[in-house]
Order: sequence, then structure tokens, then C-alpha cells
Amino acid sequence: MLILFYALLIFCIVGSIIAIEIRNILASVIAAGAVGMALSILFLFLGAPDIAITQVVVEIIVLIVLIRSTVSLDNTSPTKHRDTFAILSSLIFFGLFLVFAFMAFQGLPKFGEPLMKVASNYLRDSVTQTGASNVVMGIILDYRAYDTLGEATVIFTAILGSFVVLRAKGKKRKEESDRVKVGIPDKEDLPKTLIEVEE
Amino acid sequence: MEGMTFIVKTITKLLIGAIFLFAIYITFYGHLTPGGGFAGGIMLACGFILLTLAFGKKMSLGKLSDFWASLIDNLGAITFWSIGMLGYLSGYFFMNFIEKSNPFGLFSSGTILISNIAICLKVGSSIFAVFLALTIFGRFISDLIASEDED
Repeated sequence: MLILFYALLIFCIVGSIIAIEIRNILASVIAAGAVGMALSILFLFLGAPDIAITQVVVEIIVLIVLIRSTVSLDNTSPTKHRDTFAILSSLIFFGLFLVFAFMAFQGLPKFGEPLMKVASNYLRDSVTQTGASNVVMGIILDYRAYDTLGEATVIFTAILGSFVVLRAKGKKRKEESDRVKVGIPDKEDLPKTLIEVEE
Repeated sequence: MEGMTFIVKTITKLLIGAIFLFAIYITFYGHLTPGGGFAGGIMLACGFILLTLAFGKKMSLGKLSDFWASLIDNLGAITFWSIGMLGYLSGYFFMNFIEKSNPFGLFSSGTILISNIAICLKVGSSIFAVFLALTIFGRFISDLIASEDED
């Protein structure tokens, strides 16, 4: 079982590198989706079925939306240029991070033995105090419901912002200068497939 | 023909009820088995997105338009907030004020069930609204060109 766990972990890392490095955007999106599916199985190994379900469902939604928005665009393979200074500096900082992380993680308690003993109280009293046999739900909607309200507010604000930014009809009238400012090309410059798909 | 091929439409007709039923099950039994309002809500949104992709925009907008999606989004947010405020009736913010019965029953955990339903409505309608906004955004350029052609 441990071998399978580490194999999935390595699969995740390889898939992420492929998703970054590959040139075709559609292939990159599919690689990211494969990484998400492997991650949900990893959550099952770690004993977190709640997060595994959420991960699978969110991954599917993200895949659909990303494929929908990348395939309709014609320009799916952007040109790539390397910047040696950026790669070198990021490698140096990554090495520094690894060194300091190795030093810092020596002082942490072992996996599954936390310093704070709140979790054991939750596990002992959750069923009698909240009545929910799923301890995760008892924590996030009873003990820590205020956190969940904050999460809901974050989602609400994000949806509101995207609705304002992405709406089709603006309050101002559209003028010629707006079209030039936003950078929307003339009909002759647009790729033919885009116009056909939208009609 | 709007939407996808005949095969996709037939499979969608067979599956869509099961998808919605499973979403409602995940939401209502969130406090007993793994799952909860967030996962159930995203499954609801998945069902509506499947309808949109298979049958086209017109059919799914007839079931749930963008106006109703944002309205249900707001209603879910207000419901969840007012559950927290109603806790003041018997003590503090987000107090579990409903009487709890024996564990492993559907109505065993007081406000957790209602909170799950509110979060499910909120997340489901808002994720579907984002999908609609993205498709509206796709139409934006061609709309602009069409309006220019009229002028």
C-alpha cells in the first residue's frame, strides 16, 4: 500500500511538471486534471473521504470550464521564450527553501501526533455534543461554523465580482474608443472558427 | 440542431435524474456520511452544466436562468447567515439551537442539516452562474460585432 501511495505521489509531481512544460494548452489542462484525480485517491489513502469527494467534483468542474474556455479560442499553443536569469534565481531560492525547510521540520512533532490536543476532544465529544456522526461536519458547521461563514462570504464576493466583470451588457453605451481601448479586433482580423462557433 | 449529438442527449436524459438525486443525498446525509453541502452543491451545478452542454443554452436557461441563479445564491447566503444570527435566541452566535435527538438519524443534529441545505443551494447556483457568465463572456465579442454591423 505504501508503494502505491508513493507511486501516486510521484505521478502527481510528474503530471504537474508536464502541465507546466507542455506547449499545447489543451494537453496541459488534461494533465492538470489527471493530477487532481490522483490527488483525490491520495486523500482516500490518508483517510479523508470528505476531501476526496470534494476534490473529485471540483476537479471535474474546473476541467469542464477550462476546456470550454480554451478549446473555443484558436490560439492554444503560445510561443515560449526562456529566461535564464529567472530560472537560475528561482532554482537558488528553491534550494534555500529546501535547506531551511529541512532544518525547520526537524522540530515538528511526528505525523499524527499534534501538539494541540483539541482534536482529541472533538473526536471524543463530537457525537454527544453536536449529534452529527460525521465528525468533520460536526466541526465545520458547529464548532467552527464562523469559519464556514467566512468561506461562504469569500465565495459570494468572488461570484459577485465575476458577474460584474464578465457581464455582457455594460451600463455605459459602447463607443468606438472603447473597442480600441479594450483591444477587440475587427471582424476581418478574428479567426473564422471563433465566429462560426459563437453563431 | 442545438447542443450535442443524439447519443449524448439520450445518455443525459437517462443520467440527469440520478445525478440530481445523488447530489441531494450527499447534501441531506452530510452529517451522517462523508460529503456535505459543498460537494452536493457542486454536483447540482455539474448536472446543470451537463444539461447546458448536451441540450444547448436555451433549454438549460429555461430551467434555471442567470437571474434565478444569482437570486438563489443570495437566498442561500442570507439563510446561512440568519441561522448564525438565530443562535442568539438561546445563547451565542452559531449556537445549535434546535433540539438534538439520538445520533445516526436524519434530524439528529439540529442546525447542521439546515446549514448544509443552505450551502448546497448557494454553492450550486453560484458555480452554475459562473459557468453562465463565462459563456456570456464568449458571446461578448460577436455581440459587439453584431451591434456594430447594425450601426
